Amino acid sequence: MLMDDLRGMFYIALKDLRAYYFKPPNISWGILFPFAFILAFAIRNPGDLRALVPGLLALTVLFGTSSMEAIVIVFERRIGSLERLFLAPLRLPALLAGKLLGGMAFGLTVTLVVLALALAFFGVDGVNWLLLLPALLLSAMAFSALGAYVSVAVREVFEAQTLANFIRFPMMFLGGVFVPLDSLPAWLQFVARLLPLTYAVEALRIALSGGRGRTAWTDLGALALFSVSFFWLAVRTLEQQME
Amino acid sequence: MTPVIQVSGLTKHFPQKGQPPLRAVNEIDFTVQEGEIFGFLGPNGAGKTTTIRILTGLSRPTAGQVQVLGLDLASDLVRIKKRIGVVPETCNLYDELTAFDNLIFSMQLYGVPRRERKDRAEELLNRFRLGEKRSVPFARLSRGMKRALTIAAALAHCPALVFLDEPTTGLDVMSARTLRQMIANLRNEGVTVFLTTHYLEEAERLCDRLAIIVKGKIVALDTVAGLKACTPSKVKLEVTLAGADGQVEKRRLECDHGVEPALQQLLTESEGRSILSIDTLRPSLEDVFVHLTGLSAEVMLAEKGGKEVKNVNG
Repeated sequence: MLMDDLRGMFYIALKDLRAYYFKPPNISWGILFPFAFILAFAIRNPGDLRALVPGLLALTVLFGTSSMEAIVIVFERRIGSLERLFLAPLRLPALLAGKLLGGMAFGLTVTLVVLALALAFFGVDGVNWLLLLPALLLSAMAFSALGAYVSVAVREVFEAQTLANFIRFPMMFLGGVFVPLDSLPAWLQFVARLLPLTYAVEALRIALSGGRGRTAWTDLGALALFSVSFFWLAVRTLEQQME
Repeated sequence: MTPVIQVSGLTKHFPQKGQPPLRAVNEIDFTVQEGEIFGFLGPNGAGKTTTIRILTGLSRPTAGQVQVLGLDLASDLVRIKKRIGVVPETCNLYDELTAFDNLIFSMQLYGVPRRERKDRAEELLNRFRLGEKRSVPFARLSRGMKRALTIAAALAHCPALVFLDEPTTGLDVMSARTLRQMIANLRNEGVTVFLTTHYLEEAERLCDRLAIIVKGKIVALDTVAGLKACTPSKVKLEVTLAGADGQVEKRRLECDHGVEPALQQLLTESEGRSILSIDTLRPSLEDVFVHLTGLSAEVMLAEKGGKEVKNVNG
């Protein structure tokens, strides 16, 4: 049964990447959108551009993984093709994990392009690769699971887009992308600590500055916890819908 | 014969706010034998689709026991899914993938060995007359072709049991005819078919046995001949009359009080016209259906199109 699940996950991810993700508009939007935000901020507040790289990477992972992920499931449910996956010989968590894997693969691909550009511009000195890779991976997992939960929680594509933006945009302004967490009022810092993007930005900042230590592990642990929680919520929601 | 589906006391209730639960399927029992085409007939809302959804693992029953291919549905669902194929009412393949890629993806999901996939996909495309559409995206196929490809995808992993939910609904005459032939061929290949349809003629032509479900209860289950034999349908005569001017007229006589009084009345009313022929009309499946459900075949089809439902018995 495990082999059935693993095989199903792999082919669902592969099919999603071919059918939905790797289309020219998605690729260009996935790369350009975070750049546009960061550029607008940098023009308004010129300073240390390198300090903006962790936020740029975190935003790219966030939008790269969750934008399509939040739509794919609800879209397939609308046209009936999600039923094909329910009928296939694999368990429900494996089906959702396949969906997650597709989102993660796309999000990480566009992020690696952005990372390569950033490192080419700013240099690779001081990068802690052993922290950077798990930070990117766990961020992609958490945001992809968030997208999957949004997608199963609603009935219409436009509802998924609205809900995803309702979650992502406040997260973007509170998560330490543009403004350091320390400069926020205490109650906003508390809210920021409830958001996965905060931990993604923090982990990436530590990794890119060559840092190590307990904070980074806390960030990675928080991202893993968000991943499991969103994934569990998505599985439970789908199970309840099948009752 | 070996039972392929065994259903006992199957019940499905849907909770409704402020009302008692909706009893979509209510303690039904039936068995489908290996290699037969089993028809499941009933008006809209009778419980056909709910039953199929339960048998294929898309919905959980409220109560009852279900065995499919000798395996328990509650505990062996993944193993059952490996050996069944399902053709839903809507064509639900992937618009973005080509006909060939859709078949390959189906086989990948069901674990068909890599070395067999290409040949099997080509064979299915040719069998369903889609060989020339191999590289065309699903979205660009005609309705009949989409239907055929959806059935082909359900057969891609060589299932022992296939569920077909309204397979010919919305197709033109020729496409529907071709598909019926394909369904009949499945029986010849030893595949068991569970078929729901609104077309009584289709059910009569294809099915070895039929169950008629009304308001969540199975009200009849037999062969087509058995169902007709059990229907207390009145004898009908079809009389062809020829007038002096050579005009031919056909009349149907309901023999409520026997054949003789009906014929005598006809002779009185025929006013010198000669009788060319008298045929006895046997009860049709439609008569059986009308008797059991109170709905006519036309009303059943109108229901399908969302038109007003009328009870033919008043």
